[in-house]
Amino acid sequence: MQRLLGPLTLVSLAATFVLGLWVTPKATMHDGGGDLVRMLYVHPALAWVALYVSFGTTTIASALYLWKRTRSNTMDRVAYCAMEVSVLFIALTLITGSIWGRPTWGVWWAWDARLTSTAILLVLALGYLALRRANDDPETRARRSAVYGILVALNVPIIHFAVTWWKSLHQNATVLTVSGKVSVHGSMLWTLLVSFIAFTLWYFWLLRARYRLEVRSDEATRAQLASAVLERQREGA
Amino acid sequence: MIRTAWLVARKDLRIEVRSRVLLWQVLPFGALALLLCGLALGPADAGHSRAAPGLFYLVTLFVTLLMIIRSQAVEQTAGTAESVATLGLDAAGVFIGKSVALTIELWVSSLLLLGGTVVVLHTSLIGTIHALPSVLVTLGAMACAGTLYGALTAGGEGPATLLPILALPAFAPLLVAGERSFSAALHGGALWEWWVIDLVALTGYVAIGVLLYGVLEE
Repeated sequence: MQRLLGPLTLVSLAATFVLGLWVTPKATMHDGGGDLVRMLYVHPALAWVALYVSFGTTTIASALYLWKRTRSNTMDRVAYCAMEVSVLFIALTLITGSIWGRPTWGVWWAWDARLTSTAILLVLALGYLALRRANDDPETRARRSAVYGILVALNVPIIHFAVTWWKSLHQNATVLTVSGKVSVHGSMLWTLLVSFIAFTLWYFWLLRARYRLEVRSDEATRAQLASAVLERQREGA
Repeated sequence: MIRTAWLVARKDLRIEVRSRVLLWQVLPFGALALLLCGLALGPADAGHSRAAPGLFYLVTLFVTLLMIIRSQAVEQTAGTAESVATLGLDAAGVFIGKSVALTIELWVSSLLLLGGTVVVLHTSLIGTIHALPSVLVTLGAMACAGTLYGALTAGGEGPATLLPILALPAFAPLLVAGERSFSAALHGGALWEWWVIDLVALTGYVAIGVLLYGVLEE
């Protein structure tokens, strides 16, 4: 299954772009937007991965690390790698949102509840990475990061409901609605769903690659440490 | 837990009263920052600015960061962590005690800064008094969050620079809610919905602190 992750990601991303660019219709003159509507197949999927999948992974892995029965380096690594990939996806969400916002709202950035809270989430995620670099002891680092990983997750519901709680330029939820009613139809809905699958697979592909890199980095650190200790012992002898 | 909280809060407040860091260093800094805000607005705008609540919270934020660093520095002195571990103090009690002490210190600071807001930024005295309850709740939530974030950054590399990166985004909703309720008290408008944000945040941070502060002290 792990070997299939890469090819599946590429195929689903290619399907998203083919469906999004050639199969789905433009927006009508009445709806406005024209080809701009095709951002629908990129921006919401990126936001879905950034806010829910990726932060969910960090929060669950952090909680599992803090629970003594499931505490392991694996959980710490998963939480860390997921947060690092989160930074990429949140940044892409903000960039694509800004590109979509410029022709729609007339500005690259608006002081809107959802935009602002998402930008805050990016800073929180960068804070997580800064916190990890501030502690040398692996156990202290893992423990503090896990607590912060849970604290950061508090922001996600605020972002999700920001468009409902406050007056917002950003449109309301169209797929993940409280009532369960989906307000996208036909080929657009299918393409949207394919895009969600494609970007989720891409996320897990990146996460897996980053995790393997982290394992190798830990192994290299351990090997360096062992060789330094051995050298000292030889000097002593 | 309550007994530990009481002991820790008394200890922190007693240290503050004896060292007078709040009185001679933090409060003058806050007053100076408020004065500089007035200068930044200029003589024409400082007197009738709608930015007064935001500026008050901005200065309060600076003061809060200083007080959090100070509160955690007290715990970093030689032997303190070992003493806490040896005495077997309840971590949840330590969290509540430190949060209560920090809240009281912030309340004292805010009273002076609110007075400064009335004098320097010409906010109405009655409106400012109406805003007082929401200011106290906001600062309570900030103190609880600050105690948690302070413990996260304590002892690591550069806590003074790391703390703002971690805490400012978490404070942002509280500051927005506080500023909106202060504005509503001054100029009219709905207060309760901003109160709800502060109260939910206060409850959430207390719950998380009680559950997880022990992990940070392990």
